[in-house]
Amino acid sequence: MNLFTIALKSIRQRLLASSLTALSVALGVALMIAVLVANKIVTQSFDLQRIGYDLIVGPKGSELDLVLNTVFRIAPPIENLPWRYYEELKENKHIGVAIPIALGDSTEEGNFPILGTTVEYFGVEYAEGKKFRTSSEWPRGKWESVVGATVARVNGWSVGDEFRMVHAGQDDHVHDERFTIVGILEPTGTPNDRTVFVNLSGFFAISGHEKPVEEAIAREAEFFGETVEQVRAYHADDLKEMAAHAHHDHSGHDHAHHDHPTPNLQKEVTAILVRMKEDPKRPTLAQSRAIEFAAQLREGFKAQAVNPIRPMQRLMNNLVGNVRMILLYLTGIIIVVSGISIFVSIYNSMSERKREIAIMRALGADRMQVFSIILTESMILCLIGGLIGILLGHGLIIAAAPIVTARTGLVIDPLIFEPLELTLIPIMIGLAALVGFIPGLTAYRTDVAENLSS
Amino acid sequence: MSLKLISIQKSYKEPSGENLPVLDVPEFELKTGEQAALVGSSGGGKTTLLNIISGITTPDSGQVLIDNVEITRLPEAARDRFRAERIGFVYQTFNLLPAFSAFENVLLGMSFARGRADRKRAKELLEKVGLGHRLSHRPGQLSVGEQQRVSIARALANRPSLMLADEPTASVDPANQDKILDLIQSMCREHNVSLLLVTHAPEIAQRFDRVIQLADFNQVLQKT
Repeated sequence: MNLFTIALKSIRQRLLASSLTALSVALGVALMIAVLVANKIVTQSFDLQRIGYDLIVGPKGSELDLVLNTVFRIAPPIENLPWRYYEELKENKHIGVAIPIALGDSTEEGNFPILGTTVEYFGVEYAEGKKFRTSSEWPRGKWESVVGATVARVNGWSVGDEFRMVHAGQDDHVHDERFTIVGILEPTGTPNDRTVFVNLSGFFAISGHEKPVEEAIAREAEFFGETVEQVRAYHADDLKEMAAHAHHDHSGHDHAHHDHPTPNLQKEVTAILVRMKEDPKRPTLAQSRAIEFAAQLREGFKAQAVNPIRPMQRLMNNLVGNVRMILLYLTGIIIVVSGISIFVSIYNSMSERKREIAIMRALGADRMQVFSIILTESMILCLIGGLIGILLGHGLIIAAAPIVTARTGLVIDPLIFEPLELTLIPIMIGLAALVGFIPGLTAYRTDVAENLSS
Repeated sequence: MSLKLISIQKSYKEPSGENLPVLDVPEFELKTGEQAALVGSSGGGKTTLLNIISGITTPDSGQVLIDNVEITRLPEAARDRFRAERIGFVYQTFNLLPAFSAFENVLLGMSFARGRADRKRAKELLEKVGLGHRLSHRPGQLSVGEQQRVSIARALANRPSLMLADEPTASVDPANQDKILDLIQSMCREHNVSLLLVTHAPEIAQRFDRVIQLADFNQVLQKT
């Protein structure tokens, strides 16, 4: 019969107290698991390590706002960029992909953000190795749309349904135009799940989305540093066409679905998602070009090109990082509380066990052996509690994952694992050794003769 | 020679700070296989003497030799190990661990000695004391007499050369006292173990050929 068996027997002798101690440890560990996993989910939600773009090009302003708006669809757009600028970027010899996006409106139901873009958007991976998939079609037609998985679920939408858009910032202004859903995206675990994607040409065709001509001319003049006449000259064809259309007889047809494309002069985009051209022989070339391009834009006043990862990392470190630190301190406190519960349980039992210790000493156990028995008890309780806690914590995550997904749209992997969890058991065992020390010392110092006869 | 005591003295400090002498044993010997009773009044130092002989306590002065090993010179851990391997102890209150079965209590007696616990021997000893059918019973499920039998089996588990019994029948009902005493004496005889039994009861002492009176502060007197 070894010390481990003796320790185990002693635990079984005080089964209720031991169970309660192990349970308190288990609850503490389960809570720790939940905190660590929640921390990981928050981090992953804002993790842009593997986004499919090198740069987000947008108007001058806050880099963070630009990223929050275009990637997370949280903050309102800073301003807009002229369509002409997008066309110039597309022709840039170093740019491989340039995708225009237009944001601002939202759905009438559910208030989900609406993003106008081209089908090209869905050809770029939203995360490394992960491509967009739709249940049916992509929005190639002017009035076609695909919706994110969360939007479809919350609004109860399916392919063939129609919806209207609420004008940005004006809850009582609902556009007359209707879009038809032609596909529902598979869940991505990103803000795309909560977004409605409409064909960009349809977005521009909505009444009120085209920029008034004079404003557009003034904006382009300011943006490109040209005179009004130079801008007019650039858009001479568009202006001629607009003048001809203004004299057209519109009676007899529904103007809302009038098939006149919006003139480029009147188009604006919120941002342009850019991926630089890559060279398989020079893997870092795209990154260098992106840095160079961003630096060039910084020197000018027209626009900015932002690496989407940097502002988020700053946000993570400054804000979310602090929250993470608090969560980690919380887990530390939980560990300490668990340790104290073990200490209290074992220490309180020592007064009842003096005779038991004295008997073992009388049978020939030396001081270190009885000390080791108590320490082993502490570690066993901790280990059992820790293992139960890990199972409990992950069990809770498995049970809660579908509920959280249903309520928030956040896709949680039920089998999610935070590597920090691997440190939990060694930490708990170390803590058990620490808190078992004083009770062990009590056993060590037990007076045999006095307690044998008590 | 199994046991030899030389000039054993022991005193305790009273709350007032004065020294209270408890033992003064000039010389005592117990031969291998010999059985003796140590008689004294309550509080006379009988248990203290047994604790000194077994190495649980140390005397203020004097020597204790068991099998020619002076245990009073050994470090505490060595005395503990010696006690586990060479001395069997039967207590008035049995001192069994309540969480352990009869079988496990005997095994526990083997756990602190060198070598692996001999499960077969533990079972045999319990069968010899008449508890072969109660191996898995815990002390709470055994009668008083049965508990003392377990204690006897445990005391013999490591093949000791010396058995110490401290009022082994004091907690046992009168009907079973003779049986317990018979068992202790016969088992010691069978295994050639020296026996020193402490009692305050003259009728128990009379079972032994050799009786030693332990009077307060007196030298040991022998009755031959």
